[in-house]
Amino acid sequence: MSLINYSSKEINCKIVYYGPGLGGKTTNIKYIYSKVSPQNRGKLMSLDTELDRTLFFDFLPVNLGKVKGFQVHFHLYTVPGQVYYNASRKLILKGVDGLIFVADSQIERFDDNIESLENLGENLSEYGRIMETIPMAIQYNKRDLPNIVSIAELEEILNLRGLFSCEGVAIDGIGVFEPLKFVSKEVLRNLK
Amino acid sequence: MNAGNVESFEIQYQKIKRNLERLCIETKASAVLLIDKAGQLITSAGDTSRLDIPSFATLSAADFAATSNLADLIGEHDFRTLFHQGKEKSIYVSLIADQVILAIIFPKESTLGLVRIKVNKASTELETLFENIFAALESEYAGTVDQEFIDEAESELDSLFE
Repeated sequence: MSLINYSSKEINCKIVYYGPGLGGKTTNIKYIYSKVSPQNRGKLMSLDTELDRTLFFDFLPVNLGKVKGFQVHFHLYTVPGQVYYNASRKLILKGVDGLIFVADSQIERFDDNIESLENLGENLSEYGRIMETIPMAIQYNKRDLPNIVSIAELEEILNLRGLFSCEGVAIDGIGVFEPLKFVSKEVLRNLK
Repeated sequence: MNAGNVESFEIQYQKIKRNLERLCIETKASAVLLIDKAGQLITSAGDTSRLDIPSFATLSAADFAATSNLADLIGEHDFRTLFHQGKEKSIYVSLIADQVILAIIFPKESTLGLVRIKVNKASTELETLFENIFAALESEYAGTVDQEFIDEAESELDSLFE
């Protein structure tokens, strides 16, 4: 749950990028880091393996500035996508306020998306949270690759709830800010 | 927002601050930080000017969460304290009121024994204060964020994530 600190006048919100391994979650965060002005962001922290796979998480604090006297911060996290890192993946979900699911559009990764989405629901339920109650958006990433599933098919399987979704080529920044903006706004509205 | 609640919250918060400042002096620590389990700083005492606070808070919470899972693997509920020893500085981490992480950064001039004794003493008082503050927070949550706040924040978001 977002933490409102009345004395230091701060509001902190936690947004987690979830999705299958090598789907581009870290790429999203790196792009955001490169585009947001240094005054509005902190250090990008990555806890990854030598093989460039996220071991624990990536973390990027983004400062929205002062709103009605309150400093509003968004803390962006990615989880490790690999199936065998579920213990650390679950930890990152603690206290999550918003979710961005980064799906891999490639045909051969189709099942991994489904598995990851199911895993997200299971991990949240272990904290007594229900996925449907948390602001969420989907990015269909890697749309620039040749061997990809159509958006209609992806939507049919991964987006039963009709969540905000968009096509993405995270490495070029396409479709990176749209889901983040959507989820951030939903998170703020949830504070009411 | 209810003025009475604000006052009560402020009083509790100031007591926590004073408690941390005292703990910082008594343990000869360079800094004492209170962090929630989701990795967000609640408040701190001492000199944190050279510390990357968001990273420190996030890693402390992750550290605690990871070791809690380690504890679970050997049949423990969690480890109440963690200790990371460095050459010049060390970190002692302790759980308060089951929800808040207290991290103390202290130099080699201090000792683990001293830190442990002082933390144990401070913990009891902090636990009571936090129980009061959680209750105050519950009642104050509504009302802070109104439509005006959301409109303003959304416009900031639009310009930040262009």
